[in-house]
Amino acid sequence: MKEFNVIVTGVGGQGAMTLGMIIAESALKQGYDVRTTELHGLAQRGGSIPLHIRFGEKLYTPLVLEGEANLIIALEPLEALRTTYFGSKKHKTVFLIDNYKLLPITVSVLGEKYPAMENIINHIKPFAGEIIILNASDIVIKETGSDITSNIFILGYAAGNELIPLKEKFILKAIEEIVPQKYVELNKKIFELGIKHK
Amino acid sequence: MHKVLEKQGNKVLLLGNEAIVRGALESGVGFASTYPGTPSSEIGITFAEIAKDAGIYFEYSTNEKVALEAAAGAALSGVKSMCFFKHFGLNVACESVFPSAYTGVKAGMVIVVADDPACHSSGQSEEDTRPFARVAHLPMLEPSNAQECVDFVKLAYKLSDKFKIPFFIRTTTRVSHMRSIVKLGKIVKGKTKGKFIKDIVYKNFPPYIMKTHEELHKKLDELREVSKKININFFVNKNIKSKLGIIVTGISFDYVMDAMNDLKIKVPVLKIGFTYPLPDKLIKNFIKRFKQVLVVEELEPIVENHIKILAKEVNPKLKVLGKGYFPYAGEYNEEMLVNALSKTTGKKYEFDLIAHKKKYLKIKEPKRLPVLCAGCPHRATFYAAKVATKGMDVVYGGDVGCYVLGLFKPYETQDFMFSMGASEGLGHGIKKTTNQKVIAFLGDSTFFHAGMPGLVNIVYNKSNPLVIVMDNRITAMTGHQPNPGMGLTAMGEKTKEIEIDAIAKAMGVEDVRVIDPRNINLMIKTIKELLEKDKASVIVAKRECELLAMRKKRKQGIKVVKFEIDPKLCRKCGTCLHELACPAIYEEHGVFKINKNICTGCAVCVQICPNKAIKPVKK
Repeated sequence: MKEFNVIVTGVGGQGAMTLGMIIAESALKQGYDVRTTELHGLAQRGGSIPLHIRFGEKLYTPLVLEGEANLIIALEPLEALRTTYFGSKKHKTVFLIDNYKLLPITVSVLGEKYPAMENIINHIKPFAGEIIILNASDIVIKETGSDITSNIFILGYAAGNELIPLKEKFILKAIEEIVPQKYVELNKKIFELGIKHK
Repeated sequence: MHKVLEKQGNKVLLLGNEAIVRGALESGVGFASTYPGTPSSEIGITFAEIAKDAGIYFEYSTNEKVALEAAAGAALSGVKSMCFFKHFGLNVACESVFPSAYTGVKAGMVIVVADDPACHSSGQSEEDTRPFARVAHLPMLEPSNAQECVDFVKLAYKLSDKFKIPFFIRTTTRVSHMRSIVKLGKIVKGKTKGKFIKDIVYKNFPPYIMKTHEELHKKLDELREVSKKININFFVNKNIKSKLGIIVTGISFDYVMDAMNDLKIKVPVLKIGFTYPLPDKLIKNFIKRFKQVLVVEELEPIVENHIKILAKEVNPKLKVLGKGYFPYAGEYNEEMLVNALSKTTGKKYEFDLIAHKKKYLKIKEPKRLPVLCAGCPHRATFYAAKVATKGMDVVYGGDVGCYVLGLFKPYETQDFMFSMGASEGLGHGIKKTTNQKVIAFLGDSTFFHAGMPGLVNIVYNKSNPLVIVMDNRITAMTGHQPNPGMGLTAMGEKTKEIEIDAIAKAMGVEDVRVIDPRNINLMIKTIKELLEKDKASVIVAKRECELLAMRKKRKQGIKVVKFEIDPKLCRKCGTCLHELACPAIYEEHGVFKINKNICTGCAVCVQICPNKAIKPVKK
């Protein structure tokens, strides 16, 4: 594999950054060259958090070029729409979207409309090989009482369905290293749940 | 164990900022200081985590000038030091940066400055700090990935030690916040104690200073020789026949490499890591053979203009391309390089980026602006200020911190924003020259950083903007660093808690009130009252950052009582949703609701609901 480009996106506080770090660390463990870019600071306060993760033989820019993403993981549908341009038919980009809407202030307070899910899908279609909508947050809330592990569930789903060329054992090792000690077991359990999800 | 402390030989994925710390550790750094500012913040966060284990000293200083002076003090005493901040931090530190070039250092000193093209995490301006190297007469290196961050910092220490002069390392956001693989070298245990040996050079006094100035230029000449030979300036495709050459600095090198790959072309490239003094001889040799040279550097055309001068000597017909092909504002990217190289070489990229763009630009989605967190005490302060000043002609002075988010609707309480502490300085000027009322909003850390001189000026020059210090008990925006108001040092030690209200009183402010901003009615009443005063007054709106408070509660297992809206009592007046605008409150199918996953139980909405419709969630 020459290179594999992933965009992880979500709203500040949803765990997009942790997910991106786990993917990057797994890729390193699998022997790939890795480059990522992320944004810190004020943008994290409830703002959009797009992360770029690239791995492969030899890489330069940490940013994914428009149309060059192989996989886009969106922890929130509106954020999927915002990163659409990284996808293309050429790369048969897979969009993996958690159907978990978080209203931006422009919608909840300033009266703009949150697009309907079918509109979001229609917009993304020309840029995608496949669009997969999951109810990851709903599932993990049912399982754990909180939405905090939805990122790991989605990663499990991606790994289980071969949407990302990373081996389970390396991902589990990365989870052990990155997730705080007392949540490791829970995250591993949710990861397995994601793998098995059809 | 933190990754930056892992053993020699390991290959680890490091953030550019973490790699800078590793580079310092491999150089035997003993002292580090900063004032936090993104994109440099994680350098400090990393030092704070590892300083004790590494056996070195690290501090958050009150501002960048003080941080620079502390690091210079260490370096003059023979302890290797590092000082770091964001681009605006260098402006603050500048007055002491300049003399540090004249005095030189006894042990290596590195000043890291992190620029932020495209202003991902900066207001104020899109500053390029590279010209500072030239005016301050200090050498500057520019790494473009995490491995280079380690290597360049090590080189900077080596040369700083040898030439007895502080070195700049300049990064940009994409380097500071890039993760890439680093092969770890050996950590050298740094000396933390030295001795200040008196020297006339340190006195920086005329006429001796003219002599040190002259010697400084000699040092720079010697460094120009080093710059010419050093391997951090290197070639790619050096001997390929071509009419076009590329000269590139910083992260743009990556864009050049990938764009050549996209277009399936090979062009000779000179990547410059030694930004000041530039390697003139190396550049002259390189540009001799071309018809065109494309200079790729973000922001100011510093290298470009320099090459135009050099070309006059060695290749007067050379076309030097740069700005014009690339914008002055914003950061560069791979696409820009694909376009520029396509234009200069005639090669086409197989994927039609323009058609692609046309397709996606049609999609319009609502923006997601960053917001004050649920339960944020700043929201309560802004809400109270808006209610208290309804119908009044008030200028709301803005400043630097999370509260800058007050610039958005519905608060709109940041009418101007200049720099740290400027809410008071400008507020004073506006108050003196208009008949409008002025409120200056600034945070606790900002008050310690640059707010104190502004407040003295207000009292001394008999002016009366209402100063509201939004004291959330931490430096929040940059990642929760301790500050002088908390009684805690960067290394986790207890220290004297410095009280803002006591400082204000000592500065001659007669009316100082300390209020919990969640006490909404008292806040509104006090703001109204103090705005009518003809003397300076200060409100310290004191309440811990909610993120921090919630983290503590989770740790201690304290249950939070959350709130819900009783649909039978709610009249949908919109006070909570549209005026308080808490992210936990939303409307669904015409019903106002509170998202329990987001609500922190701050109870501000409970107080302001005119229909008393918001109640604790029943278990």
